[in-house]
Amino acid sequence: MKLKMISNFTDTISAALSELQEGATAILFGLDLAPKLAEHLMNLGFIPGVEVTVARSGPGGDPTIYRIDGAEVALRAELACRIAVRPIARSAEA
Amino acid sequence: MSVLAPPSACCGTKPASGAPTDRQTSGGAAAEHDAGTGHLFGTVAVVGPPNSGKTTLYNRLTGLRQKVGNFPGVTVEHHIGQVKDENGRAVALIDLPGIYSLSPKSEDEKVTMDVLEGKIANMPRPEAVIVVVDSTNLNRHLVLVARVIALGLPVLVVLNMADELRQQGGDVDVLALARQLGTPVVLASATNGEGLPAIQHFLFSPAACPSPLELPVLHDAPGCREWAIRVGAKASYRRPAGPVWTRRLDAIFLHRWWGPLIFLATVVGVFQITFAVGQPLSNAFQSVLDATGVRLGNHLPEGLLRSLLLDGIWKGVGSVLVFLPQILLLFLVIGILEDSGYLARAAVIADRTMAQVGLNGKCFIPLLSAYACAVPAIMATRTIESKRDRMATILIAPFMTCSARLPVYTMFIAAFVVNRPLLGVFFGTRAAAMLALYVLGFVMAVVTARLLKASVLKSKDAHFIMEMPPYRRPTLVSLGLRLMDRGRAFVFRAGTVILAVTVVLWVLTTFPLRHGQPAPLQQSLVARAGQILEPVIAPLGFDWKIGVGLVTSLAARETVIATLGTLNGIDPESRAMDLQTALRHEISPAAAMALLVFFAFALQCVSTIAIVRRETNSWKWPILQFAYMSVLAYAGAFLAYRLMRL
Repeated sequence: MKLKMISNFTDTISAALSELQEGATAILFGLDLAPKLAEHLMNLGFIPGVEVTVARSGPGGDPTIYRIDGAEVALRAELACRIAVRPIARSAEA
Repeated sequence: MSVLAPPSACCGTKPASGAPTDRQTSGGAAAEHDAGTGHLFGTVAVVGPPNSGKTTLYNRLTGLRQKVGNFPGVTVEHHIGQVKDENGRAVALIDLPGIYSLSPKSEDEKVTMDVLEGKIANMPRPEAVIVVVDSTNLNRHLVLVARVIALGLPVLVVLNMADELRQQGGDVDVLALARQLGTPVVLASATNGEGLPAIQHFLFSPAACPSPLELPVLHDAPGCREWAIRVGAKASYRRPAGPVWTRRLDAIFLHRWWGPLIFLATVVGVFQITFAVGQPLSNAFQSVLDATGVRLGNHLPEGLLRSLLLDGIWKGVGSVLVFLPQILLLFLVIGILEDSGYLARAAVIADRTMAQVGLNGKCFIPLLSAYACAVPAIMATRTIESKRDRMATILIAPFMTCSARLPVYTMFIAAFVVNRPLLGVFFGTRAAAMLALYVLGFVMAVVTARLLKASVLKSKDAHFIMEMPPYRRPTLVSLGLRLMDRGRAFVFRAGTVILAVTVVLWVLTTFPLRHGQPAPLQQSLVARAGQILEPVIAPLGFDWKIGVGLVTSLAARETVIATLGTLNGIDPESRAMDLQTALRHEISPAAAMALLVFFAFALQCVSTIAIVRRETNSWKWPILQFAYMSVLAYAGAFLAYRLMRL
């Protein structure tokens, strides 16, 4: 899978997926993960350029359920913190 | 509305401009094409992502004419079934594992790819492929369709869950999509049967290879997605608003406080149902079996044959068959939870707890089913992506109190524990003893998991990635087929392994003959074998009869009851007593407790050993597991016996 991995989160407009609040929406732009794991996530819809919404955090705060491309996927924070996103202002209703 | 849009071109000779301009209804779509052609597909493969309703559709098409098999050398299971048309012509349909992609990275995907390319021995290469996708989320799944089309085989695209698509306000122009993809496309619903005639039609008429207008570069994920969106837009695809009910239900089932409470109530409820409803069912079944045995016995002449058929086979096999209602009930309850989508939520809730022992929430589902039977549980571990987590789950699953331990626990507790109320009428000392045994197995599973995850199966980073399917009403067809499948496996086991054990046991107890009559039990072959074993098990307080029971229960745990039943039924000293009284005469309460602990830990089940061998593809793991559990069982029983005698 040829996909540029973004391991540099110093970009001021970027955040980790795990940092988003419940209900927030963002554009995904990079997965800093092993290729196999990144591919599995991409098959589930985690493709750069796609909108992702924090649907619901689990009863204990973790894992969190993300809505992406019409599907809902639960991820632990330790994985979500390695997915880079660009938050969209909340007023821009998705 | 089910529409079958056939492409006209053959194997890539021209772009798919051939989709008909008029919408045609399913049945007669390509009727004039197949007139006179005798050719039929030999084998057709069914592929699709998980949760696309692929299996339900497959079950509807093939009904009970299917067999479960395993690909040689790998742990991936497939179903093969037959579809017949009204003229009696048959096509073999292979149901392949649920996949998201066709990259050879996961085992499931690699096997699917190999099957589609005809690289599997003894498996004919499919001549056509049905790709089933969820129509409520078309964009995501079109990429898989593109990959299948790229194989060059005739393809039928089934847009499943059409009923949900419409209910939620979605829409798609099937003909436009067929034109884009260059393949026939059917809107279908496996739950209500919509679109099935069109699929049947595809199977029984010659189809052309796909000729898509444009395929994406398959290695470029963002590019694939853009292509999927473009194709979806050209087919006027309108994604449904989203399942409102799923969000409402999730607000309850994943609620901060209600979520865990409902989770606990569900787990307790599963067991409560199997005991409160299952036990009377099993008892009723038992009396039917007993009565039938007596009636059959009246027709048989006195003698060795009658003894073999009645005391040997009927009693032995019957004592195991009795658990069929309870086991089916447990599978039914778990099946409902799984098909409804709740188990995925339960996995999310269980994840934090499972993380404490180094596992993840996905391991919870197989472990819950292991309370019914370790065999399907171990097969269900396939959904766990992490190899190490999967291995750990396989190794601890047999510690969960499976339904085969139930008869042993029930029998010995009833014989040795005097029932006194502890907490009201419903929770007495017997219930407490049963609960303690469940807890014992669970605690040992947790300890073992921690040991494994801290040593040989240590993983760098654990993951939990779980797609949440929408809540759905479980269908009777799918539940029924699942129960048939499980019931068949159980009866098959009772009819083979346990039948063989009971016959061998009967021979060993009856021979050598003295003047044409069976000798006293103490002089039979089985007694001699048991007496050889006695020194080994004497430290646990067991006598030779229990020893024989332990040996026969290596085949299956519940056989010990059949064995003790046979031995005490033949022994003149205990013939007049029921089995519980006979047991009380035979061993001390301390030894009975030791036996229960032994059964809580030991891996006495050839089916489990065989499935672990198959799933781990080596003898190393099942042998290690058997040795570990046997040592634990012996040590635990020894400790229990000594402690009880203090």
